[in-house]
Amino acid sequence: MTIAFESLAERLQQTMQKIKGKGKVSEADVKEMAREVRLALLEADVNFKVVKQFVNRVKERAVGQEVMKSLTPGQQVIKVVNEELTALMGSEESKIETASKPPTVIMMVGLQGAGKTTTTAKLANYLRKKKNKTPMLVAADIYRPAAIDQLNTLGKQLDMPVYSEGTDVSPVDIVKRGVEKAKEEHHDTVILDTAGRLHVDENLMDELKEMKASVNPDEILLVVDAMTGQDAVNVSEQFNELLEISGVVLTKLDGDTRGGAALSIRAVTEKPIKFAGMGEKIDQLEPFHPERMASRILGMGDVLSLIEKA
Amino acid sequence: QKTRDSFSEKMNTLAAKYRTVDEEFFEELEELLISADVGVNTVMELVDELRETAKLENVKNSADILPVISEKLTEKLDFTGEDSELSMNQEGMTVILFVGVNGVGKTTTIGKLAHHFKEQDKKVVLAAGDTFRAGAIEQLGVWGERVGVDVIKQAEGSDPAAVMYDAIHAAKSRSADVLLCDTAGRLQNKVNLMKELEKVKRVIQREVPSAPHEVLLVLDATTGQNAMAQAKQFKEATDVSGIVLTKLDGTAKGGIVLAIRNELDIPVKFVGLGEKVDDLQPFDAEQFTYGLFQTLVEEK
Ligand SMILES: Nc1nc2c(ncn2[C@@H]2O[C@H](COP(=O)(O)OP(=O)(O)OP(=O)(O)O)[C@@H](O)[C@H]2O)c(=O)[nH]1
Ligand SMILES: Nc1nc2c(ncn2[C@@H]2O[C@H](COP(=O)(O)OP(=O)(O)OP(=O)(O)O)[C@@H](O)[C@H]2O)c(=O)[nH]1
Ligand SMILES: [Mg+2]
Ligand SMILES: [Mg+2]
Repeated sequence: MTIAFESLAERLQQTMQKIKGKGKVSEADVKEMAREVRLALLEADVNFKVVKQFVNRVKERAVGQEVMKSLTPGQQVIKVVNEELTALMGSEESKIETASKPPTVIMMVGLQGAGKTTTTAKLANYLRKKKNKTPMLVAADIYRPAAIDQLNTLGKQLDMPVYSEGTDVSPVDIVKRGVEKAKEEHHDTVILDTAGRLHVDENLMDELKEMKASVNPDEILLVVDAMTGQDAVNVSEQFNELLEISGVVLTKLDGDTRGGAALSIRAVTEKPIKFAGMGEKIDQLEPFHPERMASRILGMGDVLSLIEKA
Repeated sequence: QKTRDSFSEKMNTLAAKYRTVDEEFFEELEELLISADVGVNTVMELVDELRETAKLENVKNSADILPVISEKLTEKLDFTGEDSELSMNQEGMTVILFVGVNGVGKTTTIGKLAHHFKEQDKKVVLAAGDTFRAGAIEQLGVWGERVGVDVIKQAEGSDPAAVMYDAIHAAKSRSADVLLCDTAGRLQNKVNLMKELEKVKRVIQREVPSAPHEVLLVLDATTGQNAMAQAKQFKEATDVSGIVLTKLDGTAKGGIVLAIRNELDIPVKFVGLGEKVDDLQPFDAEQFTYGLFQTLVEEK
């Protein structure tokens, strides 16, 4: 199945053709290229405010630059775009923080349907397999129908304990006792699955704040659907402001979305994207690679190969 | 005609904010539509057309361009008059198939719609066609209990087409008026899963030749440009007849459905406005389009 987007490389090809052979990148050249960069980023769902800032930075850097011998002016602009994008995405892969005194508490938060429960199970599996941890899961979603059944089923698949108290108990109490239980039973990691909620739902956001205050998590991971559009900035800004998240998990990256939300989230929260969900199965979680994401958003793979062809 | 009038009235309010129709106006309009996730192409086309018109007619005064803008916006964006009614089988049981990517709200919408039909004294049966996701059958079961309708299910991991076959016969023998069929979420680029969905539809068609009477694609309003790819692929696989736009109770506007309507001609039938049983409403074109511009008008 084809991806419905033109890559930036294709978009820029024509413009590049025109300014080939000039010695300097002129303001007009940059303006034309900037337009293409802007459209490509918007089509990839990067938030328009983030795009604006980004394009301005690229413009500033690109205008008046001496053209390197080996590059055409167009290629040089692309080089600047790529450098700026990579810088914005962050460079290193991120790890999960561990508590000095176990258990390490990880709280999963996010909008409805983002993939929190699935990621809870995937992360537990990952930490056990790769980091030799002994996680316990806590079912703190009392709202969504059969949320506890869902986590229990995943726990069974993993052969891992799930702590739950049904749906008539406050989630704040559930996580508190869940963490205590994990301590008693010597689990070094406990992952809290919380209910999906809107970032503008004051009551439910307060509930998360109370949960945070009562168990003091080492990680608060915001789970975000990679297909999210312009609203990603509002969502991540609000969750970050109210909870001070420690990182992000981007799910459903096995789809064909460009995933520009990743860029928006980085720009507004400056928090690392730590993991990528690559499927529905419990082993389909990967450490996040920022540089690959930069390529994906703009079809930079193509772009870079264009530069190489110089 | 009434709604169309009030729509342009609202567009007038928007444009009245600007005394001069300058680049700033067009930029703000463009950003507004982009920020609502209206398709990038749709927005660029529209705004370029408006720019062109303004230039040609040498308009400086917003009062002069207002009617033009209003007309263009109405033509491009207004769904007024579109039919959001579900097509029901007049001769027997109506079968509605729900499709969509993961986590958009298919199962929840089925629960809400079951409630909606029950309130009209219709006998409703649900088919638990998601045999894959952990807890999916239990989730539909809870909705069935909540609304007071039967759920036809098999064990987790069984063939979804077989579940549909069963459900159709069970629903028929209970003389159900409506059968709502849940399916597992799947990303549109998963070829095998899309084939599986085609098979589910074929089985339904074989058992009830006029069915499915609706194939509803559930889209999450938070989704950006990828919703267009979803609509294209699901339409190709299952001939989608309508859209349910969920999670409009958040801050996302779901503007991509405008581009989907322009390109694929699929109407929106319902919107989801929350997680409760009555948080489903028929799509109101005027309200929706106005919602896109609300922030601009309110800023005034
Ligand atoms: N393809 C794909 N599907 C995913 C991924 N992560 C989660 N899902 C699916 O997305 C849907 C929603 O996942 P959940 O884990 O239930 O999401 P949630 O955030 O817990 O949802 P709520 O509790 O209702 O807020 C399910 O169908 C999952 O199988 C992923 O990385 N890829
Ligand atoms: N705020 C809000 N949440 C909704 C709405 N519709 C569904 N949800 C929530 O979104 C989450 C996912 O809904 P589901 O009905 O499980 O979605 P699904 O498409 O069946 O998911 P899969 O079967 O996993 O693909 C749940 O937490 C629902 O409560 C809505 O209109 N507004
Ligand atoms: Mg969940
Ligand atoms: Mg479902």
